[in-house]
Amino acid sequence: MLSVENLHIRFRTGDGLVHAVNDVSFEVSAGQQIAVVGESGSGKSQIALAIMGLLAKNAEVEGRILWNGDDLLTKSNREMNRIRAREIGIIFQDPMSSLNPYMTIERQLTEIVENHEGLSRRDARARALQVMDAVRIPDAKSRLRAYPHEFSGGMRQRIVIAMALMCQPKLILADEPTTALDVTVQAQIMQLLADVQRDFGTSVMLITHDLGVVAGFCEEVVVLYGGRIMEEAGTEALFDQPAHPYTRGLLRAVPNIDDPSDALTAIPGSPPNQHRFPQSCPFAPRCVDAVDTCRDTLPILQQGRACLRPVEELT
Amino acid sequence: MLIVENAHVTFPVAQTKKWPWSPPGLVHAVNGISFELEAGKTLGIVGESGCGKSTLIRAVAGLAPLVSGNVTLDGEPVAYRDRASMQRLRATMQMIFQDPIASLNPRMTIREIVVEPLTFFKPEMGAEERQNTALAMLDRVGIPSTQANRFPHEFSGGQCQRIGIARALVAGPKVLLCDEPVSALDVSIQAQVVNLLKELQREMGLAIVFVAHDLGVVRHISDEVLVMYMGAPMERAPAADLVSDPKHPYAQALLSAVPVPDPRVRITPQMLEGDLPSPLNLPSGCLFASRCPKAMAKCKTARPPMIRHGQHQAACFLLEDAPMEADSMA
Repeated sequence: MLSVENLHIRFRTGDGLVHAVNDVSFEVSAGQQIAVVGESGSGKSQIALAIMGLLAKNAEVEGRILWNGDDLLTKSNREMNRIRAREIGIIFQDPMSSLNPYMTIERQLTEIVENHEGLSRRDARARALQVMDAVRIPDAKSRLRAYPHEFSGGMRQRIVIAMALMCQPKLILADEPTTALDVTVQAQIMQLLADVQRDFGTSVMLITHDLGVVAGFCEEVVVLYGGRIMEEAGTEALFDQPAHPYTRGLLRAVPNIDDPSDALTAIPGSPPNQHRFPQSCPFAPRCVDAVDTCRDTLPILQQGRACLRPVEELT
Repeated sequence: MLIVENAHVTFPVAQTKKWPWSPPGLVHAVNGISFELEAGKTLGIVGESGCGKSTLIRAVAGLAPLVSGNVTLDGEPVAYRDRASMQRLRATMQMIFQDPIASLNPRMTIREIVVEPLTFFKPEMGAEERQNTALAMLDRVGIPSTQANRFPHEFSGGQCQRIGIARALVAGPKVLLCDEPVSALDVSIQAQVVNLLKELQREMGLAIVFVAHDLGVVRHISDEVLVMYMGAPMERAPAADLVSDPKHPYAQALLSAVPVPDPRVRITPQMLEGDLPSPLNLPSGCLFASRCPKAMAKCKTARPPMIRHGQHQAACFLLEDAPMEADSMA
């Protein structure tokens, strides 16, 4: 359904070029839940923005983003507006800043269907009520007139999810939907996304840094580092037998609540400098398994992993 | 030894006033927290956002006034009396903050940032000794002295947090208060900073108060964990006991929602229904009663004290008649 092919995103900044996304390819099929995992600066959010055609003005994009065979990167803003919301919806991290503080919840929800589907105000309100029930906002009818500040963080994120669902899109891009929320609320929101996926058959592309959230929700995982795909695998395979040193390091670094061991296994070093296009493996400077060839050859993604070392030789 | 007894913090809010001359409403941010912390030990404080964790540690540092209760450090009260006593106190109690970059002055080099506490707290030190102490401290947290003349924006978030730790520890405090020190950092960097804190604690015999919302991190760094809700203590227990067998219904709900990084484990988060009570007008009963799945009639009228149950202490009436062998159940 969605197929990202050899996507490159660069930003022209005052400090020179920043290579945010380098040669990323993956696919999302209908009804699938896929996770894009990476740390800050790995380019995961930029991929979502590129799919929606919302990249900053100083961005340069190369490659193709095929949506049912059409390349989204060649579309005009007008054409993109027909795809946004109706076919692809997006949920951002911070629910407060994705809602307009001056507009009632009703207006923010109905505006979407009025603009995109030409529904009348009354039909739009009926749809809004339906969707608010679907995201389990209690007492939806009376909450329609409320403003965003009258809701708690979790409720606001439900409204943002409701906004994304208004036109019943085929794909929802969820960019760190629970990062700003408490664990109890996070569990409710993830449950809600899973229910939405089940009830509406929507595909979900979950962008996150939290492997705990991924484990409970997604079928496929794409691991990004320095704007490149390090590993791509089914969730169980990835957690059972991580085949890339970065994925291994990441899994060991997650503090597991049931694990009584004392020290956490950290990945040494700092995130990569993205001013140069990587000529070698971007993870090599921090990799415990790196050998000399890792520092001058760029590994390509083969069988779901971009690593020059064979799996058996990794520590 | 840091002792906090029955700490209460309230903030006046003008918005709720009916008339200009009516008294301001009071937000009850911290409601009766007590704990003791010995040198070399770590107390983790967890709770949802808005439960008063940050206010509590600001109160411990003497930055938010206590309306009642006491904070003492080695027998000396922590409260503002005069500049000199405050300065003595700050030399023994330091803080690190959530946003590593915002907590460093962008116009100072990191050498100046780390030397500054020495200028304040160790006036007897010579200029050269200060420089050397600061550089040694930076080196200890993993910032090479060749980078000491750089400015904060030239460092990554994880490095800035290391610099923040160096600044807090350079004058040799006894207590380190950490307000969500790793929540802004990536997982791989977070582990580095947590490990660094543990090493420094061992070397310097620090007492650490570690506030965070991530139970996994708290579990790893803490000896004891305090669970807060609406500014009040719900449960206090050694970290391992709390995680394996929480006694308080709120602690149970909180732990049930923690995601597990294993696709085979299906977590069944307990959903809490009901509304939070208003912090302006606290109920007379248990603060958690309005959302508690096990609430009884008396929970609505009387506030449960902290009841000891084995290694645990929990503010819940259910523990009053709970048999002790319940400890072995898991």
